[in-house]
Amino acid sequence: MGKKVMVGMSGGVDSSVAACLLQEQGYEVCGATLHLYDNADAGIRSRTCCSLKDVEDARAVAYRLGIEHYVFNFGPEFRRDVMERFARGYACGETPNPCIDCNRFIKFGKMLERAKLLGMDCIATGHYARVEYDRSRGRYLLKKAKDVSKDQTYVLYSLTQDGLAHTLFPLGSLLKSEVRRIAEEHGFVNAKKPDSEDICFVPDGNYAGFLEHKMGLSSEPGNFVDCAGNVIGRHRGLLHYTVGQRKGLGSFGEPKYVVRKDAAANTVVLGGNSDLACSSFTVGEVNWISVACLPGPAEADVKVRYSQKAFPAEVIPLPDGRAEVRFQEPQRAVAPGQAAVFYQGDEVLGGGTILPMTGGKDKAGRKNDLC
Amino acid sequence: MIYADHAATAPLSKTALEAMTPYLTTEFGNASTISAPGRRAKRALEEARETVAAAFGAKPHEIYFTSGGSESDNWALRSAVKAAGPGRDGLITDAAEHHAVLRTAEKLKNDGFHVKILGVGKDCRVEPVALRSALGEKTALVSVMAANNEVGTIMPVSELALAAHRSGALFHTDAVQAAGHIPLNVRRLHVDLLSFSAHKFGGPKGFGGLFVREGIELEPLVFGGGQERGLRAGTENVAGAVGTAAALAESCRAMVKNETYVSALRDRLICGILKIPGSYLTGDRKNRLPGSASFVFEGVEGEALLLLLDQCGICASSGSACSSGAAEPSHVLLAMGIPPELARGALRLTLGADNSAEDVEAILAVLPGIISRLRGA
Repeated sequence: MGKKVMVGMSGGVDSSVAACLLQEQGYEVCGATLHLYDNADAGIRSRTCCSLKDVEDARAVAYRLGIEHYVFNFGPEFRRDVMERFARGYACGETPNPCIDCNRFIKFGKMLERAKLLGMDCIATGHYARVEYDRSRGRYLLKKAKDVSKDQTYVLYSLTQDGLAHTLFPLGSLLKSEVRRIAEEHGFVNAKKPDSEDICFVPDGNYAGFLEHKMGLSSEPGNFVDCAGNVIGRHRGLLHYTVGQRKGLGSFGEPKYVVRKDAAANTVVLGGNSDLACSSFTVGEVNWISVACLPGPAEADVKVRYSQKAFPAEVIPLPDGRAEVRFQEPQRAVAPGQAAVFYQGDEVLGGGTILPMTGGKDKAGRKNDLC
Repeated sequence: MIYADHAATAPLSKTALEAMTPYLTTEFGNASTISAPGRRAKRALEEARETVAAAFGAKPHEIYFTSGGSESDNWALRSAVKAAGPGRDGLITDAAEHHAVLRTAEKLKNDGFHVKILGVGKDCRVEPVALRSALGEKTALVSVMAANNEVGTIMPVSELALAAHRSGALFHTDAVQAAGHIPLNVRRLHVDLLSFSAHKFGGPKGFGGLFVREGIELEPLVFGGGQERGLRAGTENVAGAVGTAAALAESCRAMVKNETYVSALRDRLICGILKIPGSYLTGDRKNRLPGSASFVFEGVEGEALLLLLDQCGICASSGSACSSGAAEPSHVLLAMGIPPELARGALRLTLGADNSAEDVEAILAVLPGIISRLRGA
C-alpha cells in the first residue's frame, strides 16, 4: 500500500488534477474540502452555506476518482486567522495578503494537523511549486514551479520545515496547459473553470465594502497630503486606497499615486511616480527555508508583490526575526503588510512581512522612508 | 460498526421491510385507480393511515401523508398562520427548533408575519410561563417541538398547548424525534398539528406525515390530482405508508420495553462519559429521550472527534450538518447559553434497541483516549 495523502480539493482544476496524479503514482489518496466562510459573510448573495458549488465540484471529482472525500469546517479559524488579520492590517493602513495567512494557518496549519490526526502521511495541494530535500544541507527546499508564469512560491514562503516535509505539490513540474489537458482527458466537470484571481472571501474585489459591512471597520474621510505634509485634498476613507494606486484619486494636474497611508493621522500621502521608489525596507516574522537562519548579508532576488518580478537586493539579517532588504535599484510601491520573498535562483531563501515604514508623520531623517 | 446515531436515522425495521416488499414488487397498483390492483393499494394505504392515526390517538382522516418531517413542518407553519382567522398573524416558536421550523419562520417573517422566537433554558426547555407572556390576541400559531433532536430534552407540550389555546392560538409540535419513542397522544397533548417522520422510528426515508385536528382547514400543499383529501396531490407512496405504519405500530408495541432497555444503556453511557474531565451533559438530565446522550467537551473540536470515532467504527454526530457536509456549531447549544468555544466540542450519541451493552462499553473504551489525544494535539 502506498503512502497516505490527503489532497486539499477546492473544486478547481488544479487540485483535482493533483489528486488524480497522486492516485496514478500509487498513493492512497483522500480528498478534503475546507469550509472556510459562509457566503453571507463574504457578501455573496446566494443563501447557500459555504461555497457549496465548489464543495459539490470537489466531491464530484473525488467520487469519480473513487476516493474518500471529507469536508472540514475551519470557519472559526479562518475568521480569526485570516479575515480578522486582514481587517486589522487594513485598519492599520497596511495591505495584507490573506492568501499567505490562509496557507500558513489553515491549509498547511489546520489541514495538515487534521490530516496527521487521521493517520495520513502527508498532504498535497494544487499549488504550482516544488519541494525538494537537500541532503547536504539537511533542509527541505521550496523551489519555483516549472511553469514560471504560474509559480506560487510567493504565497508559500511561510511553510515551515515540518510543513514542507509533509507536503506534496504534484503540479510543480507541469505546465498549466498540461494540467488543463489532463483535466479534460479525465472529464472533470471543472476542466474549463476559470482561475480564481480575487481574494476568495471578497469575490467582487470591493475590499472597502467588505471591510465596512462585513468586518465592521469604519473608514472616516480625511486629508490627502503631499510628501511634505501639505493638505492637497480630501479622501473617502483609508480603506478605499492601496499603495501604488493611481486611479480614483481625483484631479491634481499631474499623475498622483498613493505613496503611503497613515492610519494614526487618517491621511493618505500622494506623490509622483518617483516618490513611490523605495530602496530599502524592513521585514518582520521572517521564515527562513533553505537555511536555518541567515548568518550574514546575502544576495537575493526579492519579490514584494504577487504579480511582480523579483529584483536584485541584499538581505541583511536583523535580531527578533527581522531582516532588512536593500534593493540594488529602488523599486516601486513597496506596501507594508505585503510579503517580501527572497529567491536565490529557483530556491526560496525565505521571506517575511513588510513592516510599516518608520517615522509616521515626521518628514526628516527617515532611513526607510518611501517619500 | 457501532451505530450510535439513531437520531440522525434509525435502521429500517425488518417488519417494515417485509410489509413494504409486496408494494415495491407485485402490488404496484396506483391507489387512485379503480382496477383491482389499485383498489388493493388504496386499501393498504388507508389501513396504514388507520394504524398511524391509532398510534397517535387520532382519527384516520386527521392524518395526511407527506415526504417527511421537514415537509410537514413547512406545511403546518405556512398554512396554519393563514388558517388562524382574521386579525391573527403572529407565530411564536423557540430558538432550539429544527431548521425546518426556524427557516420557515424566517420566511414567514420576511413575508410580513409577526414572528417571536422564545429563548430556552439551560436544559433546553421552553417554559410555559415564557410562552404565556409572549402570547397575544394576534398570535395565530405556536410551534414547539415535542423533544429536541440535538440534546433530547422533552418539552412540556401539553402545558404549552393549553396556554396557546387559552389565547385562541393553534398549537403545532414537531414530533419528529419523539414519535415512536415516547407516548404521544394528540388529545392528551392538546396539539392541533403534529409532524412526524418515518425513518426516525424504523420506517423508510422520504415518508412522514402531519396530523391536522378535525376542523382546521389547511391550504393545499400541492395542487393536482386531489390525493390526500385534496391537500397534497401526487400518486400515493403506498409502500412508504405501509412501511411507516408497520414500523410505528412495532415501536409503540415495544415502547415500554425499549424505553427501559435503551434508557439503561443511555444512563450507563452518560455515567461513563461524565468521568472524562471537562465533559458536560447537555440537555435535561431526567426529561430526555430514552436513547439520547449528548455532551460537550472542553478543548475538543467536535468535527475531529467524529472523524476519529468514525475511524474506530463508531457512528455519532455533533451539531446539525450543513449542506456541504461540514459540522456547524449547533444553534441549539448556543441557544442554551453554552459558549461557542465549548459548543464546538459537541458529541451526540443516540442509541436504539439494536444497540447492546457491549456497544456502550466499546464506546467508553475508546472515547477517553480520543479526547485526550485531541486535547494534546
